[in-house]
Amino acid sequence: MSGLRSLLGNGQRKLWQFHGGVHLPDEKTLSNRGPVVDAPQPPQLVLPLQQHIGAPARCRVAVGDQVLKGQLIAEPQGYISAPIHASRSGTVVAIEPRPIPHPSGLSAPCVVIETDGEDRWGELPAPLAASTAEIDACEVAEVRERIRASGIVGMGGASFPSSVKLNPGQDQPIDTLVINGAECEPYITCDDLLMRECAADILDGVRIMLHLIKAKQALIGVEDNKPEAATALRRAIDATELGARVEVVVVPTLYPSGGEKQLIRILTGREVPSHGIPAQIGVVCQNVGTAAAVADAVLRGQPLIERLVTVTGRGVVEPRNYRVPIGTPAESLIAASGGYSGDLAKLVAGGPMMGFRLETDAVPITKATNCLLALTPAESPDPGAPLPCIRCGRCAEVCPANLLPQQLYWHARAKELDKVQDYNLFDCIECGCCAHVCPSHIPLVQYYRFAKTESWAREQEKRAADHARERHAAREARLERQERERKAKLRKKKEAVAAGGGAPKGDKSGKDDTAGKTDKADKADKQAAIEAARRRAAEKKSTVEQTQQTARPVTQRVPEHAPGNASGSASDHAADNPTGNTPVQNRAAAAPVDEPDGALLERRETAAAGQE
Amino acid sequence: MAMSFVSSPHSARVNRVDQVMLQVSLALVPGTLVMVWFFGWGVLINMALATVFAVIAEALALLLRRRPVLPAIKDYSAVVTALLFALTIPPTLPWWMTLIGILFAILIVKQLYGGIGYNPFNPAMAGYVFLLISYPVATTSWLPPDVSALLEARDLSTLSLIDSARLVFTGALPEGLSWDAITAATPLDEMRTLLDQGQRIDEIRASSPLWGVFGGRGWEWVAAGFLLGGIYLLRQHVITWHIPVAVLGGLLSASALFWLLDPQLYPFPAFHLFSGGAILGAFFIATDPVSASTTRRGQLIYGAAIGVIIFAIRTWGGYPDAVAFAVLLMNIAVPTIDQYSQPRVFGQRRSARKKA
Repeated sequence: MSGLRSLLGNGQRKLWQFHGGVHLPDEKTLSNRGPVVDAPQPPQLVLPLQQHIGAPARCRVAVGDQVLKGQLIAEPQGYISAPIHASRSGTVVAIEPRPIPHPSGLSAPCVVIETDGEDRWGELPAPLAASTAEIDACEVAEVRERIRASGIVGMGGASFPSSVKLNPGQDQPIDTLVINGAECEPYITCDDLLMRECAADILDGVRIMLHLIKAKQALIGVEDNKPEAATALRRAIDATELGARVEVVVVPTLYPSGGEKQLIRILTGREVPSHGIPAQIGVVCQNVGTAAAVADAVLRGQPLIERLVTVTGRGVVEPRNYRVPIGTPAESLIAASGGYSGDLAKLVAGGPMMGFRLETDAVPITKATNCLLALTPAESPDPGAPLPCIRCGRCAEVCPANLLPQQLYWHARAKELDKVQDYNLFDCIECGCCAHVCPSHIPLVQYYRFAKTESWAREQEKRAADHARERHAAREARLERQERERKAKLRKKKEAVAAGGGAPKGDKSGKDDTAGKTDKADKADKQAAIEAARRRAAEKKSTVEQTQQTARPVTQRVPEHAPGNASGSASDHAADNPTGNTPVQNRAAAAPVDEPDGALLERRETAAAGQE
Repeated sequence: MAMSFVSSPHSARVNRVDQVMLQVSLALVPGTLVMVWFFGWGVLINMALATVFAVIAEALALLLRRRPVLPAIKDYSAVVTALLFALTIPPTLPWWMTLIGILFAILIVKQLYGGIGYNPFNPAMAGYVFLLISYPVATTSWLPPDVSALLEARDLSTLSLIDSARLVFTGALPEGLSWDAITAATPLDEMRTLLDQGQRIDEIRASSPLWGVFGGRGWEWVAAGFLLGGIYLLRQHVITWHIPVAVLGGLLSASALFWLLDPQLYPFPAFHLFSGGAILGAFFIATDPVSASTTRRGQLIYGAAIGVIIFAIRTWGGYPDAVAFAVLLMNIAVPTIDQYSQPRVFGQRRSARKKA
């Protein structure tokens, strides 16, 4: 399956294949016949503080503030994060949880801006270069910082901060920049239209990114059902001197060839390592929309405040593509398309294969929203109750990751989380091919998402438990050491008393931190008073401590403390555990707010890379 | 709309279990027609009986198990099991033997293990083997194919529709006919018996009008009919080439090896291919997804092993045909094969050894 195969029509570039994949009715002509239209100005913009993978942005405006178009309203927190900018001028009227486009259907903190209709630009940073001809003179770090400050994230749907992806590090030399214009999901045409209408911008972005990652070449992968887009890009290349470094490669239409790993495989023959990222094999992959946004940011100083959105499906009257200010409510786009037509089975954010159902159309368009898909019952019929798996193996035939979906299904259903990992669950990109062909209509992807979530939760819990265990062991060791030291000092003091001539100093030598202090006789009274106060406080704490000790679960295997020796240990314990909770309580409290770490994010990102 | 199903993909599903099963049934048509042509109405009577018994047994089992009956009946899997079972038994089998075989297949082999998708063994083959062991004479007494030269030379007779029905339902032979007059050994059986008697293959083939170009007269056409159906299944993507090719490849290479050693002691490979249930087994029985291996490499191993076992049992075993035994034996091995034949996942090293 994986052998190198066909030459293209022009006989130039060798293309590779990935395993599986499905041919789908592409439905692109519903929405790609007309030009991109500016979305109507909505009265309100709703800007979620988290529109990207990573930490949510921190809000920098208050209710009542006047904001201008392009003004920063929330700044990134941490390396993997992105800022948010006001996409139109207006007044901040609320900062509160609102429904956002998310599979959970839950609300999340958003900044709500009432637009003033004046569309006044704020002060934008100066362009770093007047044109791409000057880009090589720019400092790489400066360009990368501009991309970060402009809030650019992957526009293909995964929305991973682009500045992070464009910083693969010294140890991972990049030779190829893969630009994803495959757009393999049916119905969606916003990348198609972008390539047709803004090919020059995309090329500017490609040129800038080539400079950033020091790659030799860029390959723009376009599926062969978008000949106009490929032609437009080729014409744009001819208009520049990039012909030697940038090539448009037309690839056969086969879902999911627009998956990051799949496209890289098709274009370069290389496979992104399991659990790895493309940089490990010398490739960085970016969406065409991201490239255009990079050009806007670097050459014009404009942050990411707009994107193209396809509104399509037979459930809307006039499917077409819009240039949409981020934060525009989905309902206003639907209304601009003439509203819903007839029966609506579901409204989906994204494509039919990987998109998720929206509970309501009162959610905003975010940086990641490439498509609003209104499906009629005929387009998305209810598959009915799932039947038992008959082990036909069609899922394995179409799996682009070459997994065994039915084995994953059996084990996911049985909640055998170790087993699903044995069958490489985390290499699943959730493309939906398996569920699409399943004759038993089993919602396979749903099972995999469930197993992944469960596995993450378990891993997180395990990490927290390990952490608590380590902390406990360290504390035990310290207590033991302190007890030893205390006894040693007591013995010394007794020896001194026995020897006679001991000054009345109280027992302050029992404390480590006082050992280095001056020992003058005139301060003795003061010291004794302080010491007595400390002792009282310590005793108080130790009683609290004791009640907690009894409440502590046995499974934590905490050895009993001798209640009497609390002077040092109780305060120590309090310092150890500032919330006063037991480790178990602590863990439970911390788990839901724990930010996933970098590795986890990478994994999520690769998992979500379907359209990146 | 059904709120139970909200996860992606939202596309219309392209396959359905019942359609798969119907396509399998459809693919059986050419082979069945040829069988009816050569062996008379008993074939169809058996098919109808088996189907009715199987559906009733399935419904009954589901009722007892308190599972929804209709969806399981409507997937037609019991029908396919019944049809395959009916094609393996002789057209003269009494109705109650068919019933016993079907009850064993559906109740014990399929439903006791959890119904469709959960049975480790092929129900049709297990039902057939159950009968074969319990009633060895009845299950191996085949009608002679209706080939005039053959009937004349051996003084045999075939049965009309009425006679067939009477025989199946009452066990009454037509007036003036004996069992010997209406039954004949299958070519596989005959070949083995004669070889055991020390005859050489040239002698055997010259001795009787029983032999056709490859296998037995009539029988080879039946095999051709099922081959046609198998090709249809391949073209409809109901099955993939792996199992059939491996089964036939295993059978062909094992028989070719021995035929090359001594062509007078071991029949020509094509004889194996076009005799007995080899073609039916390769395309319709070994490919039963539930009890077969699921990985590509596993399917090749599974199929090739079935082919070799068919040859081994036919050549040295005690039973005339071996497809059912071979399939059941390899069903046992499926979990192990699957475990050790997993594909290389995208992005994992092609071979740990290569890099080391």
